[in-house]
Amino acid sequence: MQLSMMKRGQKGRILNIDHSTLRIEALRFGIGIGQSIECYEIIPAGPVIIRKGNQEIAIGRELANAITVTTL
Amino acid sequence: MNCHCTPLPLKKEANSEWIALVGNPNVGKSVIFHALTNIYVDVSNFPGTTLDLYHGKLNDDIIIDSPGIYGFSSFNDEERVARDVIIQADRIINVVNATNIERDLFLTQHLIDTGKPVVVVLNMIDEAKKLGIQIDSQKLAKKLGVPVVEVVAIKGIGIETLKKTLKTVKTGQITPIVAEQLKDVCQMEISQAEKLLLLEGDLSISEQLNVQLTSQLEKIYTHRRDYVDKIIADVITKKDTTSKIGAIIGRALIRPIYGIPFLVLMLFVMYQVIGVYVAQDIVGLTEGVFMGEIYEPFIVSLFTETFKINGDSILGTVLVGEFGLFTMTIIYVFGLLLPLVFSFYLFLAIFEDSGYLPRLATLVDRVMQNIGLNGRAIIPMILGLGCVTMATLTTRLLGSEREKRIAIYLLGLAIPCSAQLAVIFSLLAGVGVSYSMLYFVVLVLILVIVGQILDATLKGDTTSLLIDIPPMRMPRPVNVLKKSSIKTFHFLKEATPLFALGAMLITTLQITGLLDKISDFLKPLTVNWLGLPEGASTAFIMGIVRRDFGAAGLNDLSLTALQTVVALLTITLFVPCIASILMIFKERPQKEALIMWFSTFFVSFLVGGTLFKIVSLVQHLSEQLQVLITLGFFISVSLLLKFVVGAFSNKGSVQGDDYKKSA
Repeated sequence: MQLSMMKRGQKGRILNIDHSTLRIEALRFGIGIGQSIECYEIIPAGPVIIRKGNQEIAIGRELANAITVTTL
Repeated sequence: MNCHCTPLPLKKEANSEWIALVGNPNVGKSVIFHALTNIYVDVSNFPGTTLDLYHGKLNDDIIIDSPGIYGFSSFNDEERVARDVIIQADRIINVVNATNIERDLFLTQHLIDTGKPVVVVLNMIDEAKKLGIQIDSQKLAKKLGVPVVEVVAIKGIGIETLKKTLKTVKTGQITPIVAEQLKDVCQMEISQAEKLLLLEGDLSISEQLNVQLTSQLEKIYTHRRDYVDKIIADVITKKDTTSKIGAIIGRALIRPIYGIPFLVLMLFVMYQVIGVYVAQDIVGLTEGVFMGEIYEPFIVSLFTETFKINGDSILGTVLVGEFGLFTMTIIYVFGLLLPLVFSFYLFLAIFEDSGYLPRLATLVDRVMQNIGLNGRAIIPMILGLGCVTMATLTTRLLGSEREKRIAIYLLGLAIPCSAQLAVIFSLLAGVGVSYSMLYFVVLVLILVIVGQILDATLKGDTTSLLIDIPPMRMPRPVNVLKKSSIKTFHFLKEATPLFALGAMLITTLQITGLLDKISDFLKPLTVNWLGLPEGASTAFIMGIVRRDFGAAGLNDLSLTALQTVVALLTITLFVPCIASILMIFKERPQKEALIMWFSTFFVSFLVGGTLFKIVSLVQHLSEQLQVLITLGFFISVSLLLKFVVGAFSNKGSVQGDDYKKSA
């Protein structure tokens, strides 16, 4: 499912990022395919905030739609 | 040096080396830069960009500060500049934020992969410790193959060690996959840095070398990420000591239910501090007393009496006349702008250092997306309420040209600056609640609809928000003061020449009588179309000189309530002050800036006139009804416009569309 459909507190693993530039930019931020993340906060129709380790990253809704995850 | 990139605007001395200072945004790079270089700092503009390049001397060598970046793959101007600095540097100082090392080490490894000698500076090591992050820097140095220096830049700790270490820097351990790939291009006679960029598919490098290789960017990036993640796992131990309160507040601020009231509260506090205390009391002192009563009489008499320059001559008018270089420019910049801009930057620094800004950007992202911007654009928008010229400068932080374009236009059009706001508030106090509402709602409506039209018609897509959210922490007063002083200084340095140039232009217009001619030319528009008294056109022209002059000029005209709203709305939407126009010309290509400037005239008169006509039509009804009907009209026209634009623009978004739909 898409990252934007996760619920607060849910954990998941990134399966795919469907956008070439964003895939590169995400890697710089430490988000890569195959990594596990936690959905920390989700703003209604807005960005999704994920947690990876101690790091929190806000991801705009469009980008969150382009990221496929599987829940753990 | 023979490099396949834009040469730096510097001269290379025989026995001096270039040392590039590279790091992610907000890692304390500039503090380290100033600590290393002391006084000999030079600024030059990087060819083809609006970016400034700071460079200073450390003994014989030159330290070059590069823009804050997350990587250097030509994604934007900052990355291109950083790339060219890196390629041409002899050695690299990589500043890393120890509290955010997972993210920052990726850039470190990227730099090591260029084959340049690198020294890693672990900045904010004290804060990292407080946050429970233990970094084994010796082990890290061993893994990376380059020296690692622990530094607390703002306290000056570790700077001497860094200076010593600089002499012993060496090349580090290259990511295994890069080492392998480099073998494929080993026969090319270019530096390893260029080879790396070639492998990563950097367009301008491959163009200049005229080589086409399949880009390995993603493969290299993925492997580098894994490689770095493994190093990190080895050298870092974490205890989760993030303060509970900080975490709770941090989380609450992102949620609309707490975040929006907090934002409103913050804006109110800012208004009380900046709009009331600074803009009235402090500016009253600096502009009224220091400048008006002490400086101005002194400087005027200095020129007219000591230097015997006739105050009415052309030279006298240029220097100390009404809009003179030594009178208006100096008084405006130091009496009015300095305290205002400083207090705005003070708030900004507090927001930045406390970790509030990224949360605010996240919170408002959804709303900003509607007008073709992402959450980060909230910063220039808020700053615009202080000074549009300052805010226009700040749009440099936005990700794409498209966003800069939209943000600069909206700033020029619909954001009233603090100098104007003060007059607007005092004038609106006389027109009652309904009409005041009318003014603000129409203004916001224009902001939204123009933003939406730009979003729909400009090529490309709004970039998605992607920012990391640091933990909330107490800002350090020293740091905040330093930051806001540096920014204020930087702003004054950029803007003062523009104000001076603007003052000269206005003086020229005045001496040649063109000012009156323009004012006469505008008269039919202001009198017939906007229904304002004759003197209003002069007030409008004054609005170009200084936005607040324009609004203040209206003060003396004894307008009716309707006339006040029409005039205020027109003058708000009307061109920004002359300094901000010049700033727009500095930041945007000339043609685009011209279009922006003229279209603000068009929009302002169109909206002002329409408002006047509509309200006049329903003048016999009660005030509330008038306002409702007028707003109803504006809203329906906006919706219609939006629909028409939406129907006609088949937006050329190629890559965005597939995932846009899936929402």
